[in-house]
This record gives sequence, C-alpha cells and structure tokens, in this order.
Amino acid sequence: MNHLRGVYTIWYRDILRFWHDRMRLVGSLTFPLLFLFVFGSGLSARMGALGPGVDFTQFIFPGIIGMTVLMSSFMAGVSVVWDREFGFLKEVLVAPISRAAVAVGKTLGSATIALLQGMVILLFAPLIGVSLSAGTVLMLVPLMFLLAVSLGSFGVLMATRIRSMEAFQAAMQMLMFPMVFLSGAFFPLQGLPTWMNVLVKLNPATYGIAPIRQVVLGAESSSAYSISLFGQTLTVWNEVAILAIFGGIMILLAIWSFGNQE
Amino acid sequence: MNKPIIEVENLVKRFGELVAVDNISFSVAPGEIFGFLGPNGAGKTTTINILCTLTKPTSGRAIIAGLDVVRQQSQVRQLIGLVFQDPSLDERLSGLQNLRFHGLVYGMPSSVREPRIEQLLRMVELWDKRRSKVQTYSGGMKRRLELARGLLHHPKVLFLDEPTLGLDPQTRNRIWEYILELREREGTTIFLTTHYMDEAEKADRIAIIDYGKLIAMDTPERLKKMVGKDIISVKTDDNDKAAAEIKLRYQIEARRDGDGLSFEVANGEEFLPIFLKEFGTRILTVSLRRPSLDDVFLKLTGREIREEETSDTFRAMIRQHVRRMRR
Repeated sequence: MNHLRGVYTIWYRDILRFWHDRMRLVGSLTFPLLFLFVFGSGLSARMGALGPGVDFTQFIFPGIIGMTVLMSSFMAGVSVVWDREFGFLKEVLVAPISRAAVAVGKTLGSATIALLQGMVILLFAPLIGVSLSAGTVLMLVPLMFLLAVSLGSFGVLMATRIRSMEAFQAAMQMLMFPMVFLSGAFFPLQGLPTWMNVLVKLNPATYGIAPIRQVVLGAESSSAYSISLFGQTLTVWNEVAILAIFGGIMILLAIWSFGNQE
Repeated sequence: MNKPIIEVENLVKRFGELVAVDNISFSVAPGEIFGFLGPNGAGKTTTINILCTLTKPTSGRAIIAGLDVVRQQSQVRQLIGLVFQDPSLDERLSGLQNLRFHGLVYGMPSSVREPRIEQLLRMVELWDKRRSKVQTYSGGMKRRLELARGLLHHPKVLFLDEPTLGLDPQTRNRIWEYILELREREGTTIFLTTHYMDEAEKADRIAIIDYGKLIAMDTPERLKKMVGKDIISVKTDDNDKAAAEIKLRYQIEARRDGDGLSFEVANGEEFLPIFLKEFGTRILTVSLRRPSLDDVFLKLTGREIREEETSDTFRAMIRQHVRRMRR
C-alpha cells in the first residue's frame, strides 16, 4: 500500500511536470518527424520496396516510433540526475516511501510520457500511407510501453551511478545514438556485415523495434522484418520475451542501486 | 525533564580515515529548541543526516521518539520534518503543488492536507503567491515555503540545517518568528544547526561541536557564564586618571582599548549604575558587553568560530564528503 502510494506520487509529479512543459512534446517530436518526412521522402523514390509493398518511409516509420519511445524513456535517468542537481531528490529520499518505489515511479513516469509521444507519431501514419486498425494500436501500446520501461529503468540505473548532469548527458549521447542506429530502425536486419550484425543482436532496442515493425506493417507471418538469432527466426513473442527479460533485470538493478546510494 | 524525544548515544561516523562525528552523546526534550553550533565542516550536517536517516552511522545509536533511525527508518521519516541547507523544492511546480506533493508522499488525506496547506501558506505569507512557479520566488520566499513544507505533516521533530544561511537579516528575523510561533502553538521540537552566534542564542540549549566532537553543551546563558565576566568599555576625559581611579576603587586593572579603557566585572548590569553614580572622572561614553558565544568558542578551542575558512584539510575533506552525500 505504502509502496503503491510512493510509486503513484513520484509518477504523478513527473506527469504534472510534463504537462506544465508541453513545449517539450513539440520539441521532442521535431527530430523524429524530420527523419520520417525529410529522410524518408528523400530516399523513398530511389530505394524501391523494402518489404512486400512497403517503401522506405513506411519501412522506417515503426523504427521512428521505436526511436521516439527509446529517446524519451531515457529521460527517466535525466530527471533523476536533474532532481539531484536541484536538491529535490533529497526531499524524496527522506520521505516515508521506499527507494524502490521512487525508482519504479521514475521509470513509469517517463515510460508514460514516452508512450504518449510514440502515440503522437502514430497519428502521422495516414500521411505516409500506413493504415492502422484499432486492434493494431491496441497491440502497439504494450509493445511501446515495454520498450519504454526497459530502457527507462536502464536510464535510472545509470543515474544512480553517474552523478553530474554533464557526465550523464555525455554517457547518454554515447549510448543512445548507437542504440538507435544499431537497432534496425532504419535498415533491414538481413545481410548486415558481421561486426554490425553482432552489435545489432546485442542491442536490446532491436528486440523492441522489430515487433513494433511486424505489428505496424502487418507482416506478422512474414519473416521479412523479424530477427534471426543463431539460425532461428524469432517470433514476435520471442522478441518480446527477450526484451522483457532485459527490462526485468534492468528494473531490479535500478531498484537495488537506488536503494544503495547515499 | 520529560522522556527525551531525541536520544543519541556514542554516535560515530567515519568516512574512511576521517572521523566526521566522534563519539557524540546527547538528548533533547520534547518541545525544546536545541542548537548545534560549530564552524562549517565540524560534523553538524553529518549528524543531522544520520538523525534523519539519510546516512548510516558507523557505530552508536540514535533514537527519535523511541524509534531507531537505522532499523525503523520509515517510521522515523514519518515523524520528522526537514529544512535543508540547500534548496530542495521543485522549481518547475507552484508552491501549492510542492506542498501537495509532500502531503501525498506523507500519506495525508486531502481533508487534512488542504486546510493545513492553507494555514501554513498563510503563516509564511505565501498564500497569494501559491499558484506561481517556485522559480519566480525570491530566496527568502523559497526558504519560507520549505519551512511550511517541513511542517505540513505535523512532524514531532523539525530539523533545520542552517535555516537562514544566505538570507538577509530581515528575512532571518521573520523565519525566526515562525519558528518560535510554531514551538508555541504546536509544541514541535526543533533541532537546528547554525554557525551564526545570534541564531544560536535563541536556542534553549546549545551543543558546541568542533572536529566532530561535542565540546560543550548547556543553555546559552550558562555557556557564556563559563567564559566569565562582562566587559565594560569607557571613554573618559583623562584615561590615565580613570585607570588609577578604577584600580583604587575596585582593585581592577583596566586595559587600554583604542582611545578608551576596558575592564571586566562579574555582574555588569548591577555594576554599571553604581559605577556611573560614584565615578569621579568625567565619562564620555560607556558600554557594557556580555561575553558572546564567540567568546565561549574562543575559550574552548582557542580559535574564533568565524576563522573557519582556512586551509584546514580536515574541514575541507569533511565538506567534500557532506557535499557528495547531498548530491
């Protein structure tokens, strides 16, 4: 009961702050939309189909959704470092709620915001000729949320160890962009050079973006967008399971690490 | 004395080689204003951090209202309020939202929370500004808001870590009015740290701490009595003649002090009227100075409390530790 209240309060504050700062939503959408429309439209005509009846813009669209969710969920860590910098974390740490609740609340807060931003990107689907049914959207919500929670708790974990804003931002740049570029957000996963193939398969974001693509492009049965690992073609459920295991470990580590900081 | 609300026994905190808190014991009675006085880096903030469960002690015990601060952390947290040395508000939210967040975290139902918020915001004169974002507040307003927040959940003990640091004298006075009013009205026990002498004077009892050790603990009056006598400074027409007369009448050796004289007497307030009445040499000015807590610190340590910003490595190291913990 106590834990739930703690999680809720921490989550609520992050949502409230986001609501106060709606310009952040607009700002954070600029980058993905540039990618989608400029990059996508620029290359589509020359690239031809990247899947059955799927042009380049349509191909990267799920990738852009994944990228938006990923980048936004990393903000969980930023907000922990930020709170520490401005002293507010102390108010939270002396409050009668557990450290675990704080870590979970922070993760869920940014995951909610990330989900919201992912949903906004979905609104652009008709403009690039992707049709989404209500059922598809309903399936996408848990997929986006899982990706957001997994990477959000990773961000919180980092924030318990990296204390200064500058260092955290540097670490984020070093991790976030490789994670985005090596996730298959912008290219098919088949026929990659070996070194890249290894990095892509080690990247947890890969297992979040592939199922989003399979659901959005409605090619669940076709293996065109799926990941093959050790000669096996993974199903959506396999991918979700791998990401969930990663996310589970991350959130446990984040809780543990958060509880152990002074 | 009632059963103490804070009991500290042989408290020790080490950071590696460094002993930040060195075997401290004391107790505080309910409703008391208890002050920790000492230079920066003496171990005041470390002690507060232990008492409010932010830092674990290396050894020793600290009990608040019968609860152990290490083993019963969350019950202790429910009972205490804090105003930190550094601001700890969410600047992006309004004053009202900051207090609501606090009330939620402490599990206050809204029927209790909302009237209490209004009462406190009116007390610290921020009710009219309640919907403005905290980032638009002045330093004094922020501190007042923090004070209100620290009180919101009716804490039994309020910890104030340098509550008026960096504030102008007027705001400092206002903050003290609130603190005294609070003790009056709610019987809250107040534990504060300070390195301002005048602020320490307002406490019922003071503990003087230096290099992590408690070196004295008593009421401000009695601590000052320890130093001894009151100091009288006079300027006269003829200082030599006056010095001779002082020696003759009172058997006291007066010292040259600038262009006047000064000497020490046991009970200045009673001495002064008699002195003025019977003294033969014409007096131009006279002043009576009671020994200050500064004099107490000087006598106990051989240093002035304000001479703290030296290249003293011990303090520098502690400060660094404390700062790191605060982050």
